[in-house]
Amino acid sequence: MIEAYLIHLLILICIYIVLAVSLDLAVGFTGMLNMGHVAFFGIGAYASALLTMAGLPYWVGLLAGAILAAIAGFVLSLPTSKLRGDYLALATLGFAFIVESFMKNWTSLTRGPLGIPGIPRPSFFGIVVSTQAGYLIFSFVLMIISVLIISRIEGSPFGRLLEAVRDDETAAKTLGENVGKIKAIGLTVSAFFAGIAGSMYAHYISFIDPTTFSLLEVILLFSIIIVGGLGSSKGAIIGTIIIIILPEPLRFIGFPSSIIGPARQILYSLILLLIIYFKPKGLFGRVELGEH
Amino acid sequence: MSNYPDTILELKNVSKYFGGVKALDKCSFYVKKGIITSIIGPNGAGKTTAFNIIAGLMRADEGKIIFLGQDLSNKPTHIIARMGLARTFQQVRLFNNLSIEENLLVALDLPGERFHKCFFYTRKSGPYKKKVDEILALVGLSKPLTTLASELSYGQKRLLELARALMMDYSLLMLDEPTAGVNPALRNKLKILLRKLRHQGKTILLIEHDMDFVMSLSDEVIVLDAGTKLIAGKPELVRKDKKVLEAYLGK
Repeated sequence: MIEAYLIHLLILICIYIVLAVSLDLAVGFTGMLNMGHVAFFGIGAYASALLTMAGLPYWVGLLAGAILAAIAGFVLSLPTSKLRGDYLALATLGFAFIVESFMKNWTSLTRGPLGIPGIPRPSFFGIVVSTQAGYLIFSFVLMIISVLIISRIEGSPFGRLLEAVRDDETAAKTLGENVGKIKAIGLTVSAFFAGIAGSMYAHYISFIDPTTFSLLEVILLFSIIIVGGLGSSKGAIIGTIIIIILPEPLRFIGFPSSIIGPARQILYSLILLLIIYFKPKGLFGRVELGEH
Repeated sequence: MSNYPDTILELKNVSKYFGGVKALDKCSFYVKKGIITSIIGPNGAGKTTAFNIIAGLMRADEGKIIFLGQDLSNKPTHIIARMGLARTFQQVRLFNNLSIEENLLVALDLPGERFHKCFFYTRKSGPYKKKVDEILALVGLSKPLTTLASELSYGQKRLLELARALMMDYSLLMLDEPTAGVNPALRNKLKILLRKLRHQGKTILLIEHDMDFVMSLSDEVIVLDAGTKLIAGKPELVRKDKKVLEAYLGK
């Protein structure tokens, strides 16, 4: 019993690490205050679930979800390329609402608010990942691959350009860098991995509906990267572990389940306030939110 | 093409309006290769606007800018930079969360900066370390390479910004008030450095308020006032000109 619970937490941590590290690529590394990450998460989840339920192999669903999310990221980067800071945050938040409203209203495809139940577990060459432990290994491997790829990008000369754009777009332009293109690539790659996380989530929980990808989720993701610190994959990973595990004891205190939800939100706000007050750069962060 | 031989940059009747304000008003001037040219003029004369339009950070409302024989209208900033235009800013613009070395490396056009190739390269300076050391020695900035730009003093920041511009493969170096807020010792150092660059055959265009600096350094001086060129010529000539005195001191 307790074992299953621990494995469940570890799987969630793997999924949210992919989400947080990819969000940090856009927010911490490229300086784009993207509040629409949850939309890419949702696109990956819905695409992967619907395609596998239509009979396609799991890996096709996973890849298609990631690629569709990446396309959405690229499309979002076009009209927002000249926006910064709060303006970009509002525009990307608007994008998240648009995607959520598609999930709610395109009922012939998404079943709207009813959601999609019975999403199958992934299978590879006929072998179904049916056990909890099996899913933990599967999501751990995907998480490691995603983090390695993102870290490799961040540690390359291209990653340096992302940081240059974050610190000063005008200076980067006058040094011959195509800032619009660099930001578009940053957001596209970030969205791709959010799509991967979406697929990991959908096929684990086996049920998705629009509320999974709502504003609350955006707040959770930002709590993670702000606590961990911007511009650091290590920060995003530690931040995920803290934010996922911290509210868990609430379950054991004996609160009625109707209070656990709001209590969790209060706890997140409290952590956020404490971090912003005492350690504005987060635990491992190198840049402050909105300092540029 | 330019009407003047040895010309690297030419502005032809360039105008720029901000609402009702004419920042530049049919402004024309040219810059010759291999010398130091200074733009002077009272505050609001349009000097920095001219710089921003040349670099492609703003679009002219009318007129033409010709750099190395090519029309710059509608060319984006990064293309103009790669054509060989390097510049610094009146207010220093650095990558504050990057180290000295990384600030300089951004100015180079490296293969690992292409996304599809980035997996095969790291951020280490490798073969470019030599150029980094050379340029830092040239401007006289001797701080550990890993120092973050934000940790530098004001003067050091100015030097780093200049070093970063020098890292580029440039044909024209444009400096916007390089001596602003800089102490006399550093000002002298800058003067020596710019002379050295000129000796190497570089072309330099600078905006400056410090008259001693301008007059002792420049081969040509362009005076702007109210968005147009008042006069251009040798420093001795400009210094004696009545119109220039009026522009600065009033009639």
